[in-house]
Amino acid sequence: MIRWLIGAISLCAVTSSALAAEPLMISIGYLGQAGIKATLSLVELPSENDGIAGARLAIEDNNTTGRFLKQQFGLEEVRVKGGDDVAGAARNLAGRNTFIIADLPPDALLQAADAVRDRGGILFNVGAADDRLREADCRANVIHIAPTRSMLADALAQYLVWKQWKRWLLVVGSHDDDRLEADAYRRAAARFGAKIVQERVFEDTGGARRTDSGVTLIQRQIPVFTQQAPAYDVMIAADESEVFASYLPYRTWDPRPVAGSAGLVPTSWHAAQDQWGAVQIQNRFTKLNARRMTARDMQAWLATRMIGEAASRTNSGDGKAILAFLKSPDFSIAGFKGQRLTIRDWNLQLRQPILLVDGRMVVSVSPQDGFLHQVSELDTLGIDRPESKCRLQ
Amino acid sequence: MQAAMMMNRSKMLCRVWLCGAATWLVTAAPASAFLAYVSNEKSNTVSVIDTDSWTVTATIKVGQRPRGIELTRDGKSVLVAVGDDDTIQIIDVASQKVVDSLPSGPDPELFTQDAAGKILYVANENDNTVTVIDLEKRVRIGDVQVGVEPEGMAISPDGKILINTSETTNMAHFIDTATREIVANVLVDARPRFAEFKRDGSELWVSSEIGGTVSVIDPAKRVVTDKIEFNIPGLRREAIQPVGIGMTRDAKTAFIALGPANRIAIVDAATHKVIKYLLVGQRVWHMAFTPDEKYLLVTNGVSNDVSVIDVAAQKVIKTIQVGELPWGVAMARP
Repeated sequence: MIRWLIGAISLCAVTSSALAAEPLMISIGYLGQAGIKATLSLVELPSENDGIAGARLAIEDNNTTGRFLKQQFGLEEVRVKGGDDVAGAARNLAGRNTFIIADLPPDALLQAADAVRDRGGILFNVGAADDRLREADCRANVIHIAPTRSMLADALAQYLVWKQWKRWLLVVGSHDDDRLEADAYRRAAARFGAKIVQERVFEDTGGARRTDSGVTLIQRQIPVFTQQAPAYDVMIAADESEVFASYLPYRTWDPRPVAGSAGLVPTSWHAAQDQWGAVQIQNRFTKLNARRMTARDMQAWLATRMIGEAASRTNSGDGKAILAFLKSPDFSIAGFKGQRLTIRDWNLQLRQPILLVDGRMVVSVSPQDGFLHQVSELDTLGIDRPESKCRLQ
Repeated sequence: MQAAMMMNRSKMLCRVWLCGAATWLVTAAPASAFLAYVSNEKSNTVSVIDTDSWTVTATIKVGQRPRGIELTRDGKSVLVAVGDDDTIQIIDVASQKVVDSLPSGPDPELFTQDAAGKILYVANENDNTVTVIDLEKRVRIGDVQVGVEPEGMAISPDGKILINTSETTNMAHFIDTATREIVANVLVDARPRFAEFKRDGSELWVSSEIGGTVSVIDPAKRVVTDKIEFNIPGLRREAIQPVGIGMTRDAKTAFIALGPANRIAIVDAATHKVIKYLLVGQRVWHMAFTPDEKYLLVTNGVSNDVSVIDVAAQKVIKTIQVGELPWGVAMARP
């Protein structure tokens, strides 16, 4: 914070000597959680700066544009631990920043949103995929950049149906988030004509994710767990909690591909994405952060760029003006996914293509050809306007 | 006029037949034929098309990811930006071989020359700069800091103003060619990719790929005065992504490539109204006129071919298979 202030002040000094007017300061808060979520795969373990690294790149991009418009962007980071007063932290942050990028679990996100609403604070949800945040629990001051579970599931389902892999064996973890993910796959199967031939639950019995002789044990467990299944084309894993899904590929009883939480995974971004000018942002990101760009990084980059884009279009840093612009039909943002990204005005969710990746390559991008929609084919992904329970207020 | 065109077509058909019969005859093509150089982004080649026989007569191996391509003013060389090799290669027109390269800066994509053909301005996508190169000495003589992801490049007919568009900043930057300082910035719609002046300098057109529009800018006042939009029945708005622009010398007609809409929009350049849409190949990128402006060649990125448009008849008359993912096209006299 202090460093950022000094940086900003010295920059102001430099530019004000050169230019008549002082640049307009637009400050953005980043409210995230402390700690790192455990993953089964060591290579997928998130960095400490997962997410905010994307926001930092977007601040640089916004400031490059800002030079020409006399706008200067700053970023202030706050991390909360479980049990901390999220509402208090959000209020405090909102005292200095109209815009807050939030990487929080759903309940914490709602607490933060409600705490800053009276003072005009606007949240950008870059972490929570929960559909309920865009449905019954939607808020007029929260813009959702992260895709929902239903958008991700629909994206995968469209591809599997196009492949004619319509018989699914659904394996669900035993945690709440896993069940929500499974709900999204059930909905997607019904929407796009796939059939879930059987469901199995993989109980989390505890234990370490990393052990010295792990492979030997897993190699015995998974074939047994997946045997005697009815005929199926693809195994769908719903395991947000990172307990078992990554153990499935190549170990199933029947030789079948795995998709969902492992194998072919739907995601908003991946380091392998190289189409539509994406190499440019991948290079810029790696140069700044000395690592590859994740989905959370991209979501935070987009949130920060959307604020920058709205500031340059409205020539303003005012929260009301920027929110009004983002909600208007004039708004669109380029996100290196081959088409304009816009906002669903009924629940403030960013429309976006979803990448289907196998960990090393982008296999396909949904929506798939032939899935049509009267407004935008991107609205074939996720809960559409007529089904929405959201009443913004 | 009509008769002359028909003559041309029958002559063309005749030559196609001759080509099939004896390819060596192509080398004896008359002086009226031109050569189109097409950069193939994925093949790492440049296809050479004879505009008389409408066949590919040579395929030149170049560096990695060739995109922006232009003929030098003296007509002796074709310059091609090979982005993944961080350089611009020089193809000798006489020998049809790569003979040298230029110090372009990282990831060059599009570039433009001054009227005398002495200075080359290159957009470097990776480091937010426009690089200035002395073409004779083949050395870098300066840089201009611009917005994020510089792309489109154009020079005003009087040579005083260089235009660069930046894709993530969404601006057309006006650069004074004498001082190499930015003198104005004009906001346009999202992801501006290409800039083109009318020959009389009265208008600057900038295409916005993601915004889906072409902004018409008054170069004197440096403001957007009009926006060209495209409505194609049955096509979703997201698929309409304007990229390359070509304008006839008389500034009456403009052709705009609409990317994954697979169409070229023909626009009345005076009224800015779309006259017609021509269906071409998949993901149409860029274009070049034959010097007599009888034909316009457009590159179709995904269908790996080039469509030939009869400019007067406003019709697609031919499709020519080239390398993989054709991107740019430049026209030369043989």
